Amino acid sequence: MAIELYRIDDRLIHGQVVVGWGQPLRVGFIVVVDDEVAASEWEQELYRMGVPPEMELYFASVNDAAERLDTWRRDQRPGILLTGDIDTMRRLVERAPSIQTVNLGGIHHRAGRAERLRYIYLTSEEERELRALASRGIDVTAQDVPSARPLPLRELLDGSAR
Amino acid sequence: MSNAEREADPETASGADRAIVIGHGEIAAGLVSAVDRITGRGDRFIPLSNGNLGTAEIEAMLREQLDATGARVVFTDLPAGSCNFAACRLLRERSDLLVVTGVNLPALLQFATRGEGGLAEAAAEAVARGSAAMRVLTGTGSARGH
Repeated sequence: MAIELYRIDDRLIHGQVVVGWGQPLRVGFIVVVDDEVAASEWEQELYRMGVPPEMELYFASVNDAAERLDTWRRDQRPGILLTGDIDTMRRLVERAPSIQTVNLGGIHHRAGRAERLRYIYLTSEEERELRALASRGIDVTAQDVPSARPLPLRELLDGSAR
Repeated sequence: MSNAEREADPETASGADRAIVIGHGEIAAGLVSAVDRITGRGDRFIPLSNGNLGTAEIEAMLREQLDATGARVVFTDLPAGSCNFAACRLLRERSDLLVVTGVNLPALLQFATRGEGGLAEAAAEAVARGSAAMRVLTGTGSARGH
């Protein structure tokens, strides 16, 4: 499988993804699954301008990503797939049940969310959504950078991580 | 220095003389602290960190600081970083804004000690100075390690 990381990160492409994960994994491409970004040439150009030229970017809506997932998986280069929120990842795994692991990389502070880790804040509804993902058999862990220990969802939500 | 003295001092930065420096962790505060130590002109910069903020919050913080300070230049640390993307999004709504990415200390020192030229010229000079300062230095080989 060429996609090494299925990551929920509300910053989408940023330093941790491009450098923190991108360099050790020798990532050749990043897939951004986001309906809004997929519809905005300006946003896509912004991201293309920021990443190193050897890193290819693909932008896709959820439906488009589900159709193209097998193609990306056959790519010889390691890749990272990003969604900006839990709901987008949920919609993707419903259409692509072969996704077996989900990384929580960054869900930052917003009104109504409670801190679970310094980079993970969740509403009770988002916690329910994550439990629903796990109940599908998906291995959900929180890990911002490769050197951190992947924290299982149960530990994250039970609060024993802090 | 009292506030009255500071306002009267032509060397004290204000408004468009100032620039925002934003980056990961404490890099902005560290760079601005170094500028102040070297030139005494740390007040020309407003240091910000992306902290634990989401994309929209970083953008809102930048917008608020630009409005509050009158700054029209934003230095960011990493081209692929969330701070840089947030600053670049503001270019759509602010035609007088300049974003400089890949900031380092020589670049900020150049900007802090710039002459009378315009901001675009000052930003370009900062980029030139910051880029030129990066180099590999090698030993002469005359002293051998143990």
